[in-house]
Amino acid sequence: MQKYSALSLLRNALSGHRDWQPAWRKSDPKPAYDAIIVGGGGHGLSTAYYLAKEHGLTNIAVLEKGWLGSGNIGRNTTIVRSNYMLPGNNRFYEWSMKLWEGLSLDLNYNVMFSQRGVLNLAHTPSQLDDYARRGNSMRLEGIDAELLGREEVARMVPGLDMSPNARFPVLGGLLQPRAGTARHDAVAWGYARAADARGVDIIENCEVTGFLREGGRIVGVETTRGEIRAPKVGVAVAGSTSQVLRLAGVERLPIESHVLQAFVSEPVKPILDCVVTFGAGHLYISQSDKGGLVFGGDIDKYNSYAQRGNLPVVEHVMSEVSAMLPFVSRLRLLRNWGGIMDMSMDGSPIITTGPLPGLYLNAGWCYGGFKATPASGWCFAWTMAKDEPHPLNAPFTLDRFQRGYVLDERGAGPYPKMH
Amino acid sequence: MSGYRLPHGGSHLDRSRPLAFRFDGEPMQGFAGDTLASALLASGRVLVGRSFKYHRPRGVMGAGPEEANALVELRNGARQEPNTRATMTELYGGLEAASQNRWPSLSFDMMAVNDLLSPLFSAGFYYKTFMGTGQATWHFCERFIRKAAGLGRGTHLADPDRYEKTNAFCDVLVVGAGPAGLMAARAAVAAGLRVILADENARPGGRLFDEGVQLDGLAPAEWIDGALREIAAGGGRILPRTSVYGYFDGNVLGAVERVADHKRKPAPFEPRQRHWTIHARHVVLATGAIERPLVFSGNDAPGVMLASAGLAHATRYGVAVGASVVVFANNDGGARTAIRLADLGMSIKAVVDPRREIDPALAAALGARGIRLETGAVVAATRGRKSLAGVDIRGFDPVSGVLGANVMQPGCDALLVSGGWTPSVHLASQAGSAPVFDEALQSFVPGTAREAWTTAGACAGTLDLAGCLAAGLDAGRTAARACGKTAENGEIPLPELSGTLAGTDLPFPLFDVPATGGAKRFVDFQHDVTADDVDLANREGFCSVEHLKRYTTLGMAADQGKTSNVNAIALMARARGLTAPQVGTTRFRMPWTAVTIGALAGRETGHHFAPVRRTPMHDWHVAKGAEMMAAGLWMRPRAYIAPGESLRDAYIREASAVRQRVGIVDVSTLGKIDVQGPDAGEFLNRLYTGGFAKLPVGKARYGVMLREDGIMFDDGTAWRLTPNRFLVTTTTANAGAVLAHMEHYLEVVWPDLRVHVTSVTDRFAGMAVAGPEARKVLQAALEEGDVSPEACPHMGIVRGRIAGEPVMIARLSFSGELAYEVYCDWPAGLAVWEALIEAGKPNGIMPYGMEALGTLRIEKGHITGAEMDGRTTLADVGLGGMASRKKPYVGSTMTQRPAFVDPERPVLVGLVSRDGRAIRAGSHLTLPGGGASLGHVTAVTWSPALGANIALAFLSGGRDRHGEPLEAAFPLKNERVAVTVTDPCFYDPDGSRMHV
Amino acid sequence: MRIHCPCCGPRGVAEFSYGGDGTVRRPDLSVTDTDAHVAYVFERENPRGPHVELWHHIGGCRHWLRVTRDTLTHEITSVEMAGRFAGEAARISGAGA
Repeated sequence: MQKYSALSLLRNALSGHRDWQPAWRKSDPKPAYDAIIVGGGGHGLSTAYYLAKEHGLTNIAVLEKGWLGSGNIGRNTTIVRSNYMLPGNNRFYEWSMKLWEGLSLDLNYNVMFSQRGVLNLAHTPSQLDDYARRGNSMRLEGIDAELLGREEVARMVPGLDMSPNARFPVLGGLLQPRAGTARHDAVAWGYARAADARGVDIIENCEVTGFLREGGRIVGVETTRGEIRAPKVGVAVAGSTSQVLRLAGVERLPIESHVLQAFVSEPVKPILDCVVTFGAGHLYISQSDKGGLVFGGDIDKYNSYAQRGNLPVVEHVMSEVSAMLPFVSRLRLLRNWGGIMDMSMDGSPIITTGPLPGLYLNAGWCYGGFKATPASGWCFAWTMAKDEPHPLNAPFTLDRFQRGYVLDERGAGPYPKMH
Repeated sequence: MSGYRLPHGGSHLDRSRPLAFRFDGEPMQGFAGDTLASALLASGRVLVGRSFKYHRPRGVMGAGPEEANALVELRNGARQEPNTRATMTELYGGLEAASQNRWPSLSFDMMAVNDLLSPLFSAGFYYKTFMGTGQATWHFCERFIRKAAGLGRGTHLADPDRYEKTNAFCDVLVVGAGPAGLMAARAAVAAGLRVILADENARPGGRLFDEGVQLDGLAPAEWIDGALREIAAGGGRILPRTSVYGYFDGNVLGAVERVADHKRKPAPFEPRQRHWTIHARHVVLATGAIERPLVFSGNDAPGVMLASAGLAHATRYGVAVGASVVVFANNDGGARTAIRLADLGMSIKAVVDPRREIDPALAAALGARGIRLETGAVVAATRGRKSLAGVDIRGFDPVSGVLGANVMQPGCDALLVSGGWTPSVHLASQAGSAPVFDEALQSFVPGTAREAWTTAGACAGTLDLAGCLAAGLDAGRTAARACGKTAENGEIPLPELSGTLAGTDLPFPLFDVPATGGAKRFVDFQHDVTADDVDLANREGFCSVEHLKRYTTLGMAADQGKTSNVNAIALMARARGLTAPQVGTTRFRMPWTAVTIGALAGRETGHHFAPVRRTPMHDWHVAKGAEMMAAGLWMRPRAYIAPGESLRDAYIREASAVRQRVGIVDVSTLGKIDVQGPDAGEFLNRLYTGGFAKLPVGKARYGVMLREDGIMFDDGTAWRLTPNRFLVTTTTANAGAVLAHMEHYLEVVWPDLRVHVTSVTDRFAGMAVAGPEARKVLQAALEEGDVSPEACPHMGIVRGRIAGEPVMIARLSFSGELAYEVYCDWPAGLAVWEALIEAGKPNGIMPYGMEALGTLRIEKGHITGAEMDGRTTLADVGLGGMASRKKPYVGSTMTQRPAFVDPERPVLVGLVSRDGRAIRAGSHLTLPGGGASLGHVTAVTWSPALGANIALAFLSGGRDRHGEPLEAAFPLKNERVAVTVTDPCFYDPDGSRMHV
Repeated sequence: MRIHCPCCGPRGVAEFSYGGDGTVRRPDLSVTDTDAHVAYVFERENPRGPHVELWHHIGGCRHWLRVTRDTLTHEITSVEMAGRFAGEAARISGAGA
């Protein structure tokens, strides 16, 4: 792998940047691999990387239907955090956080992981109690968390509506200082480049059209570029999980696909230094290094594969952001996009062996797949390599619904639109 | 030399109304009708901004929404608007604008050092460096990167302006009032349809103003005014200054009208902007096209401009963009523009065209005006940094694409460029299939419609005026047919054109000129993406159009690539040996141009972010010193704080009064549902875990509903008023959800049940009178009715009259004391409340708020939302006995699953502080000395009845741990409180107090 | 997006609350087999294309509607009342308002 550094940048600058190599090879599929990952998004690529790095499996391929990173890794609001309440969740996301903290060096690719803090605003006494419960849960698990009062919040985020005019006044907030944002596309590219360097074949424009079976066991896939065999097939295609698994004969899953819209404003000079979430609604906002305010709110709340939402959610999100940060009202919305979320029935993900022999599933990420990218791949790689879940992803089973051991972080119940 | 005001002309200009304005503090003057850009150009201002990355000096390049360079900070203070396009800003007296992204000044910008270091700042350079030793290195570097990035400066001050929203319904929405749009609107109006015609400019007419033609013998401005009058007279609504930015499902379109942006500030009560949600049966997209720049060395020098912009500034604003102009075009439009500008009195030095020949009539016309024509030639480079000083014209072989010898190096201060036209397919693409590449246009045109729309004019690739007029007429007719009208409903003729010039705007497929010298060739001006960056992206494998965009940031600037996308696709196609359609476009998404966020929020912000719900006793509470708190949308009294009291003093006083004498609390916010029908009892029997079918008339019962997954959903009471009628109460938070839940079962699951449900939450006000003396007080207040233990036993219901108002009373207790809930008509709430207060005076009745209510219920171990948090079961909260074993109900089967009977489940317990310190809500329980979380604290209080700090908590295996010492840990504040586990019911466990 | 409510006429989507897959059928109350309930509560086909789904007109007549909508294009091809008025369908005119 061509090493990236200030020095290599300087050297190439002097030679007109003629000598840079492709970040990853444009591989053609081989007839067989030791393992196949379906889905060239963040989770699929990180799975391939950790399979190669941690488990020595390098004769593997990542199959991507379109262009690499075209799923939710390329259409999210870039937030990375591990401020979860339920131990099953916060242990997993904290492992992800630890991987994030070393990721740029590990991949030799600057993913711009900016630990600028994620601040959740509280607007009622009972919300502060909830945040305390969550923050204490984090601290007991060794995760950083701070409970802030109103004045501390006001100092940290200039421009918040602290006036008597605010409909839901800010009483305080829960801060995770180590949380922040990362450059989403770079995460896909960095993993792709690092996996490629370890010999992983990354095959774009290769759509899986069916699964190969022998005696009830999955032994490979049919694709638009021919049959590819492998004793282990991992599926990491959040948004399209139901569609892909239907090809394997799995007709029903605890997942609905929903569209989540996201927004970015015109770029301005630094005006918001941390990630802030609104507690009197559902809104999360940060400023990208390029200067745009990046934000989002609720899903549209109907099944959709359209990567395109409707006006009521747009209006509501704008009303939330203007209520929380009244100066934003003056800025302009530059771009809107939609991603398709795997909304699971309890709001938590699935990383598991099965549901068929030879098949492995990574799905159900709801709003939160981006921050999980490193740990998701790390745990999925473990699960594929060892044919059993790592303790970190042991709670993320498929049978938890049948057994009742759901991980309902929001307590919203079996309604995907509520998570 | 530079731009100046022509002695005559300017269709938009009112030369009798000079307007003073300031740019970077410098006083300047323009006229009414000017844009900020035209006024700056007329004042000879060339340098107006700095680019994003290299801080290159830049001038105005466009005349409309495509502007990539001339972005300014408009206004100041709380109204400061960064990144405002000078070309779309109407001049007003006193306008203040500042250039942006420069320090310390526009002409001397220290950050321009980036331009010298630009070899380092290649596409994606930041992915390759700043890693150093890890996070610390990056965090250090990031601060500087953030400061360098961004464009204009925003403000932290709250936006002082207001925005409004409106809905509009029409048969036909016409987007764009250029020649095609005007004809379409006329045709649709003539067919008798309701028409809305929206145009983003201050004056409808589009590029028609710039065509030196006559229509039916009229100058364009006159013809346009006539067409607008005709449309308005036919009932059409004309919305100038209105950008239709988004096309949503079901032919719903979003538009923003700039109501007061052309004023110094909005008039009192006037909105700054108005958002329109337009519901149209059919849409005519006449959104026009944007001219493409050409890519050549130094093509970003201030003074290089789109040819159409040079023309528009002359025809609309009477501005010559330069004293000495060269035109460089790959289509006949360049020559036509030169001819028109020469006829308007401007000095045109040369027309440069890569083709071997141009339309002969145009060539002759150029010759007649003494304008030099250089065919088979290109502008290969520019001279001048902060303003254009001249261009290098080189020979060019259109077949090989190779540069030839130097032709000439004329001095000039303006270079007008045309690389062909890019149809504005954005709205069509939002509501249709992917755009389709058109070889003749060398650009993309709309694909097939997914919604009911028709395109017309330049946005569909029709570039000539006659064609646009005819296409507009056609589209208007098509729209009429789609709305059920035939052509006979009204017919209008096409205007007769005279004075048109020959030639075609279809381009020769030249996108870029080979590099000469070291100067950069810009593709995306605002984001400083060069042709070399496109090549580098390809070399590194970022060759799909989406990777190109994301890796180089091409097309992601505030102009969203309006002038750069097609050139970039062409360059990438060539680099990869593909065709442009094989490379394809990125997806077009709303908004078409950036939309003010406040306009999308409308009035629903600040205090109006959400409605406020108040009970009829609200003002009484406030007058009595209540601190009000939000409970969802409702406002409820937290405590009535007397002078000199703390919140804690107040709730202790209130709670003590209830235990010792009597108190009254406003419970109007509880959800109330009227459940009626012959099967009402059976229905509730299926929803509640307990039995309701056999509940006698005149009795109430506490009930819990589960979700389908077996988890607790809500609790409340159901009062059987008649055999077929129940009044069901819910928690305040779940009033709406329980109603929807019931409606779902009645309509979807059990449609055979004869039951109807109606929300009566704000039909009845409610108040609870609680305490040992509650009966005395209530009886004293009752003008009719009997609440003696015989007439109204525990859970009994009676009717009566208080303050002349009929009331319904149920003997229910949340506090654990003898208590009654009294319901009356909502408007009578205050009168009944005051009558109860009056009646209770001899007993020292005390109004109490949420804090005291919380204290009382914690003492009793009663649950609220803090315990029913969406994860807990009946058994968890100690209500397992309420799960009927005689009948199935919603959720009953699901509670058989393993997790529900797991002995490790946290269950509700009480905690008493052992060291006298308060326990904090949100604490976690650990063994003494620490360790892992065994559970968490849901509610805490100082109990006046017990004289102790107590709490409710969930504790793993807690039923067997009563008496065990634990710690309530609050690591967020480094606190640990020693507690003893107890039964969750601290007070009067046998319930004798409420059974008196 | 607009939904043609058979009771109220074409109305904006903001008036409606989504009720999910309209093809799943709740097991009878008497069914005590957990798996049947698990399937009803948790398992979905989640098709990419035509989808029969429930919508609740909470900002209007408060009826529950059974809507056939394409999850890829959002095109609505039929709307009918659920429950006791089942079969009462809205007239769907081409597109638009």
